[in-house]
Amino acid sequence: MFLGRVTGEVVATIKHPHLHARKLLLVRPEPTPGRPEPAAVIAVDSVNAGIGDRVLVADEGNTAAQVLGMARGPVRTIIVGVVDQVEDGGEPGASGA
Amino acid sequence: MLFGRVVGTVVCTEKVPSWRGQRLLLVDATDPAGTPLGNRLFAAIDLVSAAPGQRVFVVRGREAAVALAHPENPADAAIVGLIDDVHEHSAEVAD
Repeated sequence: MFLGRVTGEVVATIKHPHLHARKLLLVRPEPTPGRPEPAAVIAVDSVNAGIGDRVLVADEGNTAAQVLGMARGPVRTIIVGVVDQVEDGGEPGASGA
Repeated sequence: MLFGRVVGTVVCTEKVPSWRGQRLLLVDATDPAGTPLGNRLFAAIDLVSAAPGQRVFVVRGREAAVALAHPENPADAAIVGLIDDVHEHSAEVAD
């Protein structure tokens, strides 16, 4: 799962039946310092997220199938939580050094 | 799922049997506004009758294969939707 920010909606009339009637949101993943800017993704909303929300996104097919209550299909990116707060423990690898 | 634009078709007379009858398209990865990310071409199975020039979104990885009649197939990218519009509300929209 990764953290991201909902920055928009995606309108698509023609889509795979697995995605029918699903809200598709544009999510910009939060960048990791020192690594290339991640590409924006399209995610299926399962928690009524809105524009500007910081969200938790799962990117795995089995997870998406479970959350949507459907058989496995060509869907993997799904918003599974609206983030209230993240407590950052500091620099990666810094603990116990 | 990722943004892209169809830029061509891929024709393979000889291909794995589980892909029989499937259309393969060439996709260029883009940002939400449709601007190419650069040097990110790949082939994808077409599940929505997309055509060259159209903006699409693509699922990559194992989930691409699950949509075909024969789920045991080697697809790792599939076009699953045609993009009509993207409304981005952020100030730092696409580059």
